[in-house]
Amino acid sequence: MKLLEVRGLRIAFGPHRVVHGVDFSISPGEKLALVGESGSGKTVTALSLLGLLEGAQVQGEARFAVQAEAPVPGPGESVAQAEPAAVPDLLQLAPRQLRAVRGQDIAMIFQEPMTALNPLFTVGEQVAEVLQLKMGMPARDAWQKAVALIADTGIQEPERRARAYPHQLSGGQRQRAMIAMALACNPKLLIADEPTTALDVTVRQQILDLLDSLQKRMGMAVLLITHDLNMVRRFADRVAVMERGYIVEQGSVESLFAAPQHAYTQRLLASAPKRQVLAAQEGAAVALQAQALQVSYPSPKPGLAGWFSKNRFVAVQGADLQLPAGQTLGIVGESGSGKSSLALAMLGLLSFEGEVQVFGQPWRQGSVADLQKRRQVQVVFQDPFSSLSPRMTVEEIVGEGLGVHFPELPAEQVRSRVLATLAEVGLDEAQFAGLLQRYPHQFSGGQRQRIAIARALVVQPRVLVLDEPTSALDVTMAQQVLQLLQRMQAERGLAYLLITHDVAVIRAMAHQVLVMKDGQVVEQGPVHSVLDAPTQAYTRTLLAASEYFLGNQGT
Amino acid sequence: MLGLTDPPKSGSAGLPPGGTPPVDGHSPIHGGPGLGVGAPAVAVVSAVSASPTRRAWLRFKRNRLGFYSLLVFCTLVLLSLAAELVSNDKPLLVVYQGKAYWPMVQDYPETVFGGDFATPTDYLDPFIRDKLAEPGNWALFAPNRYGPKTLNYFARMPNPAPPSADNWLGTDDRGRDLLAQLIYGFRVSVLFALALTCTGVVLGVLSGAIQGFFGGKTDLAFQRFMEIWGSMPELYLLIIFSAVFAPSVALLLILLSLFGWMGLSDYVRAEFLRNRQMDYVRSARALGVSNWKIIIRHVLPNSLTPVVTFLPFRMSGAILALTSLDFLGLGVPPGTPSLGELLSQGKNNIDAWWISLSTFAVLVLTLLLLTFMSDALRDAVDPRKAEQ
Repeated sequence: MKLLEVRGLRIAFGPHRVVHGVDFSISPGEKLALVGESGSGKTVTALSLLGLLEGAQVQGEARFAVQAEAPVPGPGESVAQAEPAAVPDLLQLAPRQLRAVRGQDIAMIFQEPMTALNPLFTVGEQVAEVLQLKMGMPARDAWQKAVALIADTGIQEPERRARAYPHQLSGGQRQRAMIAMALACNPKLLIADEPTTALDVTVRQQILDLLDSLQKRMGMAVLLITHDLNMVRRFADRVAVMERGYIVEQGSVESLFAAPQHAYTQRLLASAPKRQVLAAQEGAAVALQAQALQVSYPSPKPGLAGWFSKNRFVAVQGADLQLPAGQTLGIVGESGSGKSSLALAMLGLLSFEGEVQVFGQPWRQGSVADLQKRRQVQVVFQDPFSSLSPRMTVEEIVGEGLGVHFPELPAEQVRSRVLATLAEVGLDEAQFAGLLQRYPHQFSGGQRQRIAIARALVVQPRVLVLDEPTSALDVTMAQQVLQLLQRMQAERGLAYLLITHDVAVIRAMAHQVLVMKDGQVVEQGPVHSVLDAPTQAYTRTLLAASEYFLGNQGT
Repeated sequence: MLGLTDPPKSGSAGLPPGGTPPVDGHSPIHGGPGLGVGAPAVAVVSAVSASPTRRAWLRFKRNRLGFYSLLVFCTLVLLSLAAELVSNDKPLLVVYQGKAYWPMVQDYPETVFGGDFATPTDYLDPFIRDKLAEPGNWALFAPNRYGPKTLNYFARMPNPAPPSADNWLGTDDRGRDLLAQLIYGFRVSVLFALALTCTGVVLGVLSGAIQGFFGGKTDLAFQRFMEIWGSMPELYLLIIFSAVFAPSVALLLILLSLFGWMGLSDYVRAEFLRNRQMDYVRSARALGVSNWKIIIRHVLPNSLTPVVTFLPFRMSGAILALTSLDFLGLGVPPGTPSLGELLSQGKNNIDAWWISLSTFAVLVLTLLLLTFMSDALRDAVDPRKAEQ
């Protein structure tokens, strides 16, 4: 008997149809992954099962077998409440009945645990609240059970951590607390919506292992929603691939990964970044150079002393690096390692100590003499939604740099240069009528990132600082953007300072690599020697975590 | 703007865009804003591709109440701006014994129209009226034959007089026509509110922008200054100043402006603090764009949402402030038509219901219209209210 059987699920927001008739099912204790890019409707599908979609029209059927037997080892407290052996349609349930199902039979964990946990309660209280509400436990028992659950999720010192507020925990610990909360009532189905996307790569692996072991122990079914195929390969039993509101392919993980049938699945599988870069030139000029670079921020001092002085938080500590012209220096590290501060300092946008030179010229912070260097070093940021001003047209955005650095250019030439640069990054009038007069919101993430690249390229720089250029993009888009960057480097001889947390991107792009942790440069050197024969323990951990996901791709 | 884009010949006839359509689930884009040249009818279809301003206007129009409030309010303001043509004790044009006179532009002594005195003509005088009614003579009067200060010396009723065929809304306790007072008072109120809103917005945006954009010590110093400035007792200052200086509208405007910018400044500051660290500002810095240009082109346009939202509320607040100061006698100089002064007359003459009731009605109508407009405006500037 199936635990959950979804048939002909259609979801629309007003006239806007998002999911067009989706069928899938989950057996008790099975791990099903719903894979797709953003906008494919996978999250909406999951939310509709719990009636969490506001203002949507949901049609179809989702039979949930409350009585479906799942192997529940250990003392089962939840046996007390047994409902009649019905197979209710989740989509037809009254809000009251649905509330009974939520948490008790179907639990959910979200992508961003910081926003999913209430900042005003300790995590222990939040877990205990679920137990009190759903299982009617007295407060004292609920607290003890909560601590036990938190201990189960592998948090050290559970007694103490249970009394911590969400902001006092690290991202991984927060996600563990979320999992403890979701599993409090031994649900039969756990919906995990991108549970690891917001986490660092080493933490990702731990969370996934945790989910795996808990699933084995409690025998629940898991519906994993993700865009990450490697994670699916590691975790799931079966997989359903979604594209634009349709499930285009489903099957067991082995068969689907071995022989993908649908073109979209094949494209997804083939979207691992490929290395297509020119070999490093010997004796190239040094484009960008930093010596003993240190970046620090003021941080508040506690107590009365904070009125008069501030602590300094050191984000980058004594970094030395060299970027030869025409090559790529990859900087890899986890969040908080100081790599973005390093990038901003290299751009001369942040005050720093030490020296940064652009083609031998040091930044003079804030002086007019920097203007010439500004033209040579340009930047592309991670989030294409915040990096383009929503109230400027494409022409204004791309043309702005020309106004600064080539003020003598007549309007006609500005426009033709803008158009030429846009064409180079793959955007032209034939695809987008009235391209120049469009606003950023009319483009998808990948197209916006192309506009951002065009804005940087239009002033003919020689160095591009790429701050996680593909992290916010879907895999197929990310691959296209990387290819574009590789082509630009080959054609224009650009030097890239590439900042990323993704070892695969480094592998595909970089000539040199620099590993950062907590503001320190851990290891640096040519890409092959660092990635293939790391000397530092941290580099090995980082690589192991990445390999975990890339895994047996080669084998 | 329209001439800039040259739609490609092949693809201009509604062909769906080639290449990669956006994947984030939005409907395909039908054409750029520059394409509306030949086909304005596609406006609804291409709402996705219209400029933010245009889409905001569409959202504003969708709120019917707010849209019609805007129409009514604009009509009222235009009418009150032309108050001299609507309510005036002097005729626009007099033809007397074959000669044309323009009393609204120029004063004529009574002797011109066959009277005895060399003083300016009182056109409400029954003698003059008779003269003008003689065959061959005629006069073009405003619809309401009273100005804001006109005293009707020939009234048949004691003051304040109830509504009658002569004074449509009655007269106040000095015999001035109430309708004329309301029209001119409304004009003063609205103009004053506009001026106060403008100065408040300019000062508020300026100070908020400086604090938010530069942050740090500038921000700290400015914030402390605002705390001190904001704790000054505004009403006492007004009383003191109205005792020291001769009261005038300009003085009132300056005094109220000095304190009126602070509320807005905080909102603009917060928006600037948020927007200045957006990646598009960093990109502009990396391009070497100057601070001033970054403020004007990048940060300011993205920080105006609270300003626009509060605009009508500030207007109604300013109208209320003027009214209440007039009511207390601290407002515009005596003799200036004002709603607050009328309200205080209504309080003193409770039996003359027409004074308080009609003033009250004008005030309520104005404030309601402004509030409805603000609601629509708030919808319009909120891009999350997608056009579904």
